[in-house]
Amino acid sequence: MSELNTAVQEPKAHPRRKQKEKKPNSLWSDAWYDLRRNKVFLVGTAIAILLILMAIMPGVFAPQNPLACNLVDARQGISSEHWFGIDNQGCDTFSRVIHGARISILVGLLTSVVTGLVGGVLGLIAGFYGRWVDVILSRLAEIFFAIPSILGALLLLSAVGRDAAGVWTVVLALAILAWPMVLRIMRAAVITAKSQDYVTAARALGASPFRISVRHILPNAVAPVIVVCTMNLGVFIAGEAALSFLGVGIQSPNISWGLMIADARNRFLMAPEPLIFPAIFLSITVLSFVMIGDAVRDALDPKLR
Amino acid sequence: MGRYVIRRLLQAIPVLLGSTFLIFCTVYALPGDPVMILGGERRIDPVLAAQLREQYGLNDPLIVQYWNYISGVFVGDFGETFQGVQVADLFAGKFQVTIQLAVTALIIEALVGLGLGLYAALRRGRWQDHAVLALTLLLVSVPTLVSGFVLQLVLGVKLKTELGIDFFPISGTEAGWRSFLVPGFVLAGTSIAYLVRLTRTSLMETLRADYIRTAVAKGMPRSRVLGRHALRNSLIPLVTYLGADLGTLMGGAVITEAIFNLNGIGQQLFQSVARRENAVVVGVVTVLVLVYLLANLIVDLLYAVLDPRIRYE
Repeated sequence: MSELNTAVQEPKAHPRRKQKEKKPNSLWSDAWYDLRRNKVFLVGTAIAILLILMAIMPGVFAPQNPLACNLVDARQGISSEHWFGIDNQGCDTFSRVIHGARISILVGLLTSVVTGLVGGVLGLIAGFYGRWVDVILSRLAEIFFAIPSILGALLLLSAVGRDAAGVWTVVLALAILAWPMVLRIMRAAVITAKSQDYVTAARALGASPFRISVRHILPNAVAPVIVVCTMNLGVFIAGEAALSFLGVGIQSPNISWGLMIADARNRFLMAPEPLIFPAIFLSITVLSFVMIGDAVRDALDPKLR
Repeated sequence: MGRYVIRRLLQAIPVLLGSTFLIFCTVYALPGDPVMILGGERRIDPVLAAQLREQYGLNDPLIVQYWNYISGVFVGDFGETFQGVQVADLFAGKFQVTIQLAVTALIIEALVGLGLGLYAALRRGRWQDHAVLALTLLLVSVPTLVSGFVLQLVLGVKLKTELGIDFFPISGTEAGWRSFLVPGFVLAGTSIAYLVRLTRTSLMETLRADYIRTAVAKGMPRSRVLGRHALRNSLIPLVTYLGADLGTLMGGAVITEAIFNLNGIGQQLFQSVARRENAVVVGVVTVLVLVYLLANLIVDLLYAVLDPRIRYE
């Protein structure tokens, strides 16, 4: 980790002391200053980077083809050749676990980005225009918010059908029920920012509503949204595993940790390895993103300063 | 107060209508013809199929079907399945299981969450505080899917075979309230962690207040300062969280129910989606939305009890 950071540290060392430096966003440089010194963040990022590398090039980490399975070898324990044993279908669990990282991380990141964009833009509009626009958008958000998320996603994915199920359908099913949370947070932040003096000043100078909202309000209201999107990453990764476990998410032959857990559950008490190892990786992945989320919140939440 | 309740109930109606309509549309879009699924492998006589469709109103436009359904729900009629079973009867047993599970989870969550949060706040900055925070990080990171299976293996099998302790049933509901202990803890897992953190922050904030300093200075016993002044004033965000969580726990129970073989609404919904029992699917979600809205209303009303300064006009 230290190698990654040294390059950035030099030019902007101790941003807090350099008050004369005209930084428009002192919140961001302060936050970055805090993050670089936060052990939780560094450990979380280190694990996440390793997992992302695994997701990008699983072949480097896993020696065997995860789809080359031999039923004769099924349910072998841990050995030097098969580190995590062999599952019910005779596939190497280690290779499958490594290859499973891609879908988990992809779904987590994409869902976070989609909810952030949809909730963020609608929240900005609702908070900025207020009145009936706000009423309609907020009520709409409430309607989606009242539906239990895993059950709702289960229904949506069942309606789409197994043949069409894939990364994007899972992302959309999770995002459809999660964007209202982002809208609420963005809306509240925008309403706070809207009443600030610099917004009045910009309006007095004749700035257009678009310019005011994008150039003046957005940069000052986006921090809580970034916090909630980072913290949600882990939730979405767990959500994908849950949906795949229930059989409506990612479908075989694609590899997902949730799917692996579902496949291994029937013989789990006799042969725990094929279930335990994807479970451990799933937990570690969620843990790393939760650590990053926690650190980002501590750094960006001015209330805790 | 009365007017406030009525206004809140009226506000809940559009949300309920919107949510159920969304679910209704989704169910409508589910693949497969429910009448043909009813016949299983055998093909159903077209005349009979047409008669069934007419009987269950499947030929009506979506909006008419929705209206027929929802107007029934408002007088407590959840319709019947294609097998002729009243959905309300079907629900009774299933909801009992899920409610037992969710309430057990909520009790465990409240006890562990408030307890650990209080402990951490009182040991602020010491190693106990850090240990509790690390524990919450762990609790948040282990998904239900993982904690469920791991506890099943450890408490249900290893504990029995290695130590001979057979206290935690891990499948089904035969053992009464004990059946819900492990599933309840698993279901509560993530929520416990959030509640611990919330309790800790909320209490730490209150403990800094002037009136706490005054109470300590005038020689009030520690327990009374905590119970009477600190806890009561930090309770509002905690009650909000617990109340909102009841709905989340009931809606999130599907995975826990699947792991521990509990025959609750999550399992029912799962089967009904496959069998295209639209009335059941929409009914389950409708009841869950109702629970969510009512829990939020009750939480809002509790504010006035906890903080006499809050008045509802």
